[in-house]
Amino acid sequence: MANMKDMIPAFDLVQPTTVEDAVDLMKDAGDEGWVLAGGLDTFDWFKDRIKRPRVVIDIGGIEEMRGFRDEAGGIEIGAMTTLTEVANHARVRSEFGVLATAAEHVATPQIRNQGTLGGNITQDTRCWYYRSGWPCYRAGGNVCYASAPLAMNREHCILGRSRCVAVNPSDTAPALIALDAKMVVQSPRRRLYDAEDYFIGPSVDITRMTVLEPGDLLTQVFVPAFWANSNFYFEKVRDRGSWDFQLVSVAAAFRMSGSTIEDARIAVNGVAPYPVRLDAVERLVRGEAASESLQNAAGELAIQGTRALRHNDYKIVMMRNLVRRAVRSVAA
Amino acid sequence: MAEKLVGVNYAPPDLRAKITGRARYAEDFRAQGMVFMKLLLSPMPHCRVRGVDDSRARRVPGFIDIMRASEVNQPEGPTEAMLTDEPKYEGEPILAVAAESEEACAAAIEAIELDLEPLPFVLDPLQGLRPNGPNAYTEGNQFSGQDGWSTYKWTDADFAEVDAGRMPNPANPLVEWTKGDIEAGFAEATVIIEEAIVHQSVTHHPMEPRSTMAYWENGRLHAFVSTQSAQRTKMGMAGALEVDPEEITFVSEFTGGGFGSKIPGHTHMSLAPLMSRKIGRPVMHRVTRYEENYIGRARPGFQAWAKMGFRADGKCTAIDLMIVQDSGPYGAGDHNTASNIADITYTPGNMRYRGFPMYTNTPPKAAQRGPGGAQINGMLEPLIDQAARELNMDRLAIRILNAPTVEYGMGPRSQRMTSTRAKEALRLGAELFDYENKIQLSGQRNGSKVTGIGLGLSTYTAGSRGYDGLMVIRPDGKLYVYQGIGNLGTHSISDTARPAAELLGLNWDQVEIIWGDSSRGMPNSSVQAGSQTTHAHSRANYAAAQDALRKIRAIAARQLGGNANQYRVDNGRVLGPGGSMTFAQVAQRAIALGGEYDGHTLPGDLNAATVPAANMHVGTGLMGVARDNFGGEGGIYSWLAVFGLIELDVETGQFETKELVCATDVGTVVHPRSLGAQCYGGAIQGMGMAMSQRWVFDPQYGVPFANRLYTARPPSIMDAPRSMAWDAVGIPDPQTPTGAKGIGEPSVGAGSAVLTTAIADAMGGRCLCRTPLTPDLIVAELEGRPLPFGRLDQHVG
Repeated sequence: MANMKDMIPAFDLVQPTTVEDAVDLMKDAGDEGWVLAGGLDTFDWFKDRIKRPRVVIDIGGIEEMRGFRDEAGGIEIGAMTTLTEVANHARVRSEFGVLATAAEHVATPQIRNQGTLGGNITQDTRCWYYRSGWPCYRAGGNVCYASAPLAMNREHCILGRSRCVAVNPSDTAPALIALDAKMVVQSPRRRLYDAEDYFIGPSVDITRMTVLEPGDLLTQVFVPAFWANSNFYFEKVRDRGSWDFQLVSVAAAFRMSGSTIEDARIAVNGVAPYPVRLDAVERLVRGEAASESLQNAAGELAIQGTRALRHNDYKIVMMRNLVRRAVRSVAA
Repeated sequence: MAEKLVGVNYAPPDLRAKITGRARYAEDFRAQGMVFMKLLLSPMPHCRVRGVDDSRARRVPGFIDIMRASEVNQPEGPTEAMLTDEPKYEGEPILAVAAESEEACAAAIEAIELDLEPLPFVLDPLQGLRPNGPNAYTEGNQFSGQDGWSTYKWTDADFAEVDAGRMPNPANPLVEWTKGDIEAGFAEATVIIEEAIVHQSVTHHPMEPRSTMAYWENGRLHAFVSTQSAQRTKMGMAGALEVDPEEITFVSEFTGGGFGSKIPGHTHMSLAPLMSRKIGRPVMHRVTRYEENYIGRARPGFQAWAKMGFRADGKCTAIDLMIVQDSGPYGAGDHNTASNIADITYTPGNMRYRGFPMYTNTPPKAAQRGPGGAQINGMLEPLIDQAARELNMDRLAIRILNAPTVEYGMGPRSQRMTSTRAKEALRLGAELFDYENKIQLSGQRNGSKVTGIGLGLSTYTAGSRGYDGLMVIRPDGKLYVYQGIGNLGTHSISDTARPAAELLGLNWDQVEIIWGDSSRGMPNSSVQAGSQTTHAHSRANYAAAQDALRKIRAIAARQLGGNANQYRVDNGRVLGPGGSMTFAQVAQRAIALGGEYDGHTLPGDLNAATVPAANMHVGTGLMGVARDNFGGEGGIYSWLAVFGLIELDVETGQFETKELVCATDVGTVVHPRSLGAQCYGGAIQGMGMAMSQRWVFDPQYGVPFANRLYTARPPSIMDAPRSMAWDAVGIPDPQTPTGAKGIGEPSVGAGSAVLTTAIADAMGGRCLCRTPLTPDLIVAELEGRPLPFGRLDQHVG
C-alpha cells in the first residue's frame, strides 16, 4: 500500500452529552472506536492515516467533564477542562501552583486553548518511529527501531525500558504525581487511581501508556488538599521556547518546617515511558535541610539505574541537575 | 506640497486584505468543475520503480486519472523532473492522481501497489566521499554536461586526517580557487585558528505550502500559484509547459513566504496544469505540510574546515577554507557563495577555497535566505572571537579592523562593490547596543546563568540592474504602477514605487499598485530573491517615473507654453510659467496625443516581456515606461551587524536571548518599518538555525523524522529576544538613483552568528563549532560527556 499522509479518512462521529452515554457508545464501538478530547494527539494520528477508527466519540459536549468543583478535601477538575483554564484558575494557581505552571508550559497558547487536562496526561508517546507508522512493538510489531544501533533516539528513555524506549510526553503528569492527584475512570464502573499508578510502562502493556483499556474513560482528576500551598517547583527543559515537548522535566512539592523539608513528592518526565516518581529521593530529603550536599546527593540518587541509549546520555545529566535544582528551590 | 514618501512609514496596500482575511492565496481559488490532485511520494531514499499496479485505485469512487513519470519531461543528469521512476529521496513524487475529492485521491493512492527495487543511498556527504562510500546515483556522484557521470572519492589517507580531527588535503578538489599568497599570509600570522565546523541542513518551511490551481480555457492556461516571483515564474511555467507566455493568465497576489524555495516558482507547480490538460478539468493541487517538507527544499548543510591566520594587531592575513556540501539530489550553489562571503567579511587578502558539493539522497536543496552566507558567517564568527581572545584584543575592534571597505574586491575575481559600509554598521550597532558597557558583562555568572555577548557581521547581494518599469497616469489623476515582482509579504510591491511616486510629486493616496495578475500587465522583472527587488525595482520604477515626468513636462509646455524644463510637479499637478494642469488633464492630453505619450510608441530598448504588458495599457493615460539604464559597476551588497546578550543556564544548556541590536547598511532607507521587520525577522530565523532547527534522518533506512513543524523546530516567538532595536547607517549607495539596497538576506547569517558567538562566549570561549546548539550538546560539552556521534556527522540530533 502506497504511503499517504495529511488526509483524515472518513469516520462516523458521535457526540454524547453524558458520561453514561459516552461509555455506552465506547462499548458499542469496541476496538473500532476512538475517544476524541481536544484533538491535539488524535488528529495527528488521523492525518497520518495510522489510526483509522470507524467511530469517533467526541466527548467535548459532556458538561460534567468540564470545569472545577471545590470539595472539602481538594479540588476536582474535569478531564475536558482546557489547559488554559487549568493554568488560569485562581485556586489552582494559588494552592496548586505546580499544576498551573506545568499547564502553562504545554506547547502554545492555541494548543492550550484546545487541549484538555485529560488529553495531556493520556496522550500517546511521540516516539517518531512509532508516530511515523513503523511496525514497532508498541504498534503491534516485533522490533524497537528506536533502540537499534544507529537509531536516532535523542529524545527517548533512560529508565524503564522494556522492549520499547519511548517516553511519556506530558507536562502536567509529573505535576499531578507531585500533588498526589487521583484519576477518576469510568467504564461504567467508577475507579480511582493514584496519579503515579495511572501511567504504565511497556513491561505492563507495551501498547498503552495508561491504565485505560478500551471502554475506559478518564472523567475527572482530583487534587487533594494535602499538598495545597506547599513549596512547588516545576521546570521543563526543551529545545525551544514553545511548541515543544520536554527533554526532561521535573515537578516537586515540598512541605517545609522552617528550613527543614518535612515531606516531599518529586516526579520527573521525559526519562521513561511513564512519568517517574522519585520516592527514594523523597525519602532522602525528608527531615533534611536543602543544603548543597543534599541537593547533590538527591541529584545523584535520582539518576541511579539510568542507562543511556546512543544519543541521550545528556538526559542523565539533565535529570540529575533538575532534581538538584528542585531541592535547591527550598534551600534557606 | 506633496508628502515625502521615501524613508517614511506607511501601510502597504496588501495589508488590509491580510488582516481581514480577504487575501486569496493559491489554494483559495476555485473554478467550475474543479477536481483535486495528490502525489504518491517515494517511501525509500533511492529506488527504481519496477511496476505500478493501479487497478484497485481505478476502482476507487471518484477516481479520474493517473499521471506517470513517462508523461512529463525527464531531463538528463542530476536535474529534477516533476515525477520520476527513480526517486532519489524519500518523499520524491512518483506519480499524481486526480479525483473528485482529496479523500478519493488519498484512497486511490493507497490502493496503488508499487514494485520498488531499493538502491544504495547516501545521506551524509562525507560518507559519500569515503573510498567505498555509497553514491547518490547509480551512475556515480559527479556530473558534467560535457563528460557525463563520474565518481569522486577521497583516499584512506584523507580520512585518516579527517578522523584525527585535521583538515585533509584531497587531490583534485571539485572546486578550487585562490587569491593572494596563502603561505605568505599564514607566515605573517601571529595566531592561527583552525576548526572543523558543521552546519546542519534546514528545511525552508514557508507558512504557505506550494499549492497550485490551474485550468485551460480555449487553449489559454489560467494558473494560480504560490511563488515568490510573478512575471519570472510565469515565464518559467511557460517554459516547463512549452507554451507561449502570453497564453498564460498567471495569478499570484499573495504568497505566504518562500525563503528562497519558490524563487521562480517551483518544479511541481506545472503538474496541476499538465493534469488539467490531460483530464479537461480544473485541478487543485493542495500541498500539505508533510509534502512541503519533502518537495519544499532545504538549505544545504556544510561540513567544513577553516584555518584563519591573524597578525598581532588582529588583521586577518589568510583563510584556508574547505567545505563539503550536502547538495541533495539536484545540486546547490551555497558553498561557492560561502567562500566569497568569507573573503569579503574578513578581508584576508590571501585565501584558498576548496569545495566538495556532493549529491545525496536527501530532499532537494535550494537557496534559503542568505544562501551560503547565512551558514558561513554563523560558522566563522566564533573563530574571530577565538583569535581576539588569543591576541587579547577587543572583539568589536577585531571585526572593525577586518571588515571591508569599498576598495576590497571579493573572491577570486576580486569583485568590487558599489558601496560597503560594514565598519560603519559595526560602529552604529555598538553604540546602539552600548557595547562598551555590555561587553563588561561577558562571562558574569548569576547562579547557574552565565552572560554571553554575541557579535555577528553578515552581508549578501542586495540588488541587480536592467529591468523595466511601467506606470500609467490615468484620467482619474492617479498613478497606476504595474509590478511584475512577487508579493511574499516583504512590501516590495509598494516600497519600490515610493521613490517613483515621490519624483512625480504625488501623495501616496494618489498611487495605485497593481500586482499579482498577469492579465493586468507585468513588466519584465527580477526574481524576488537575492534581496534584489528594493534596488532593482526602485530603479526600474524610477526610470519609468523619469520617463513619465519628461512626458508630463512636455505636455504642459505644449499646452501652457514655455520650456518643458521649467515645469515642476507637485500634489498631482504640473506647474510652470504658463500655469498649471492637473495630472487628470495631462492624462487626457496624453491619450489625445498618442504616440509615446500614451504607449502607442514604446522605447526600443525595453525587455521583450514588457512590451505585451505595456500594450495592455495603450491609450489609457500617460504612460511612463523605461528600462533601467542607470548602469553601475560592481556587486551590490548590503551589510548587517548584530549584537546580542544571552544568559546561558549551564545546568540545563538552555539560554535566553535578552537583547538584540541590528545595525544595517542598506543605503537609503525606503521604508523604515519594513526594514526593521526584515532585520528582526531574518535575525530570528538565523537564531533558530543556530539554536534549534534541525534535520534528522534514520541512517539505516534513510528517512527523515524532522518532517513536521514541531519536530523540525524553527524558532518560536518565545525564542525572540526580549528587547530588540535596529538602526541604519543611511548613507545612499552612490550608484543607484534611489540610493537604496535590499536587506532580506544578511540578517539570517548575522542572527545565527550572534548566537554561535554568544554561546561560545558564555562557555568561556569554547566553540562547539556545530549547529544547532541544542541543550544536549551544550550540557554534554560543559559536563565533559562524550558526544554520541562523530565530530563531523550530519543529520543527527
